[in-house]
Amino acid sequence: MNRCPEIITEYMHEYLDGEILPEHKNILTVHLKSCADCRQHFQELEKSIALVKSISHVQAPADFTQKVLMNLPKEKKKVSVKRWFSRHPVLTAASIFSIFMAASLLSHWSGDDFSVTKNPDLVIENNTAIVPEGETVTGDIVVKNGDIRIDGKVDGSVTVINGEIVNGESYMASAGQVTGDIVEINEAFEWLWYQMKHIFESTMNMLTGKEK
Amino acid sequence: MDEFVKSRIKQVRKGDQNAFGEIVELYKDKVFQLCFRMLGNSHEAEDISQEAFIRAYINIERYNIDRKFSTWLYRIATNLCIDRIRKKKPDYYLDAEVAGTEGLTLYSQIPASQLAPDEEVSKIELQEIIQNEILKLPEKYRAVIVLKYIEELPLLEISKILDLPIGTVKTRIHRGREALRKQLRHI
Repeated sequence: MNRCPEIITEYMHEYLDGEILPEHKNILTVHLKSCADCRQHFQELEKSIALVKSISHVQAPADFTQKVLMNLPKEKKKVSVKRWFSRHPVLTAASIFSIFMAASLLSHWSGDDFSVTKNPDLVIENNTAIVPEGETVTGDIVVKNGDIRIDGKVDGSVTVINGEIVNGESYMASAGQVTGDIVEINEAFEWLWYQMKHIFESTMNMLTGKEK
Repeated sequence: MDEFVKSRIKQVRKGDQNAFGEIVELYKDKVFQLCFRMLGNSHEAEDISQEAFIRAYINIERYNIDRKFSTWLYRIATNLCIDRIRKKKPDYYLDAEVAGTEGLTLYSQIPASQLAPDEEVSKIELQEIIQNEILKLPEKYRAVIVLKYIEELPLLEISKILDLPIGTVKTRIHRGREALRKQLRHI
């Protein structure tokens, strides 16, 4: 064996890898027939491979998968929420609806430009709507992002969003100067609530066929 | 099967853990076996193979879906095993099951060396000897031998798992075989 060329061992491994060229295989076969040492070497290699292959295959413990799943980082909320939604289609529809509702209502809120219900009798001064003395404004007034001063009369309700009702000189009489409700809204939530009430009322009016 | 794995991985990427459970079911035995033969101890093998699956889950975004999933998974597992072997202090658990045996611990192995030489070597003992000889291999030879002869993977896949040129894989297999030959020829 010691006198045998290294290349013979190389060929043995090529053979064991299943990648031996036919001419190498011939050289190897011929050599193994004549050299007992190399033959033994080759048999020992084959034997050790067979022994390694013979060790029985092991299986993972029975609770393996469960343990892996238990130790995973928490499932993304997205998925569990999604799964919940697919199990509760009606609630899904309802919640999507309310999300859109809230979003569209809040979008009205978010602007901070001064605005006021159009009415020819109203006077606008520095973000303040004024009901002039002696005048009677007919219809509801909504003031957004500004104040309203009522010196005259309003035949309807007054709503002030993000502002306040500034009373004129005739403070004492002011309550009587508005025939409808006086509402001040200064929080987003209140605004939302107001809108919802408003929508609810108009829906009810629509349903009952009542004209506003 | 590739299609099955792909569809599950897409689910996993959306965060679906149940889909990942199916993947674990599919590969758990092979990964556990790889770790067991690399580490020779079922406690550690379970530890490391659990860790391999958890890492695969966490890094699933980094897996290239056009490549073979098992290659990527084996790579994670092999690297974890090699890390463990390198860090390993001689911490033998006397109560741990001995490699390749059922219910045999190191306690029972201590008097085993006093067995009469003419006593017939049982199948379990033979497996134990073989496993111990595999464990004696340096980890770089051990990995290729386990992947080649226990996991029965082709050379090309082994080279991808270990991220080594195929020539290096062959050289290591040849050396591993020669080492095993010397260790096992008298059995």
